Amino acid sequence: MRNLFRFLTKNSFIFLFLLLEVVAFSLLVQNNNYQSSSFFNSSNFLVGNLYSTVNNINDYFNLKEENQKLAQQNAKLQSTSLSSFMKVFGRLVQINDTTFMQSYVYSSAKVINNSTNKRQNYLTIDKGAINGIEAEMGVISPKGVVGIIKNVSDHFGSVMSVLHEKNKISAKIKKSGYFGSLVWEGGNYREAELKDIPNHVKLVIGDTIVTSGYSSIFPENILIGTIKEFELPKGNNFYNIKVEFTEDYLNVSHVYIIKSLLKEEKKALEKLND
Amino acid sequence: MIRDVIKYFFIFIVLVLTQGLILNNIELGGYINPYLYVLFILLLPFETPPWITLIVAFLLGITIDTFTSTLGVHTSATIFLAFARKYVLKLIEPRGGYEFGTEPNIQYMGLNWFIIYSISLVFLHHFFLFFVESFKFSQFFSTLGRALLSSFFTLVLIFIVQLFNYKPGVRK
Repeated sequence: MRNLFRFLTKNSFIFLFLLLEVVAFSLLVQNNNYQSSSFFNSSNFLVGNLYSTVNNINDYFNLKEENQKLAQQNAKLQSTSLSSFMKVFGRLVQINDTTFMQSYVYSSAKVINNSTNKRQNYLTIDKGAINGIEAEMGVISPKGVVGIIKNVSDHFGSVMSVLHEKNKISAKIKKSGYFGSLVWEGGNYREAELKDIPNHVKLVIGDTIVTSGYSSIFPENILIGTIKEFELPKGNNFYNIKVEFTEDYLNVSHVYIIKSLLKEEKKALEKLND
Repeated sequence: MIRDVIKYFFIFIVLVLTQGLILNNIELGGYINPYLYVLFILLLPFETPPWITLIVAFLLGITIDTFTSTLGVHTSATIFLAFARKYVLKLIEPRGGYEFGTEPNIQYMGLNWFIIYSISLVFLHHFFLFFVESFKFSQFFSTLGRALLSSFFTLVLIFIVQLFNYKPGVRK
């Protein structure tokens, strides 16, 4: 017995080594069988948290790319949404698939220059003729109407902002459907005026103003703003309505360009009347 | 003594995090990984009792394995490294033995000694590691090649780290 102890203590290092190796290999073998139930893997609380923190940090470096991807995806989705289709065959036929025909196409762009403090404000976007952008296309952001393309170069587009005194946008009150035109006459960049709403219409502060779709630059029901205040001047048939924009034009960054597929057809038809 | 423990604890944390968060993402040519964490075992003071070296190696290995979800692979290899260290140290012991209070690094032991020390131990560790990982001898030469190449990169990193800590003129 004593000899055994002496033997053990003399070679304690080697025995400890063998013991630990046996433990390590049994862990190895066991881990191969029960990988998921093991505590010592990277999904445990501590290392998992560490990895997710590092991942979070890494994500910041990809934010730009991600945003671009999302914007593209949104544009794609918008062009498949119902509001960009129109009924072709009227009321009598109501089969969903074949009664709708796409009338608007969306593409995404980034605002690279912007102003709000002039009377005639323009934005510049990073898409141009090469990307199929043409004059008189509509530009919107997720929170509202932005403007209309005025000029395009090969790689850039110049957008006549809603904040441009000569820019008139056909707008309507969403609830009642009465339409007028929205103009901005300088001053506060958060407000514009809605004109030509007749005095018999009932208005409530906070009513939503959307595009009418009559101009065929913008589809119907694109958000513009809400009624901030209104008054009926004496002896006048039309309201003075102040509209607060939903979009803050100071920090527009990603926008969508709307191409109307049926604009030419519509214009040609309306020209016949003149 | 206590100061040494704190110092080595700090080195442990730094090496584990470097290995787990940075070096594990490096895969040169698809299968060459530097394993810098072995430096911790290499740097333990000469006076460390061998059994403590073994226990520390076990802890280090299991921590690294936790990061890579390969339980047992690094653990067994690192224990083997700690085991081999005792005999390698004995083999290359300078005449008159190791001075008390010195550590196995370039600063105290000189470049030649450290090259022999690190090359032999790192290669032993990587050799063991890659064979445990593949768990078969059928692809002997490809595994051997991986061990050699990875050893090379680990050694490069070890020498870079050593150069950062090198203070010329303090003591040879």
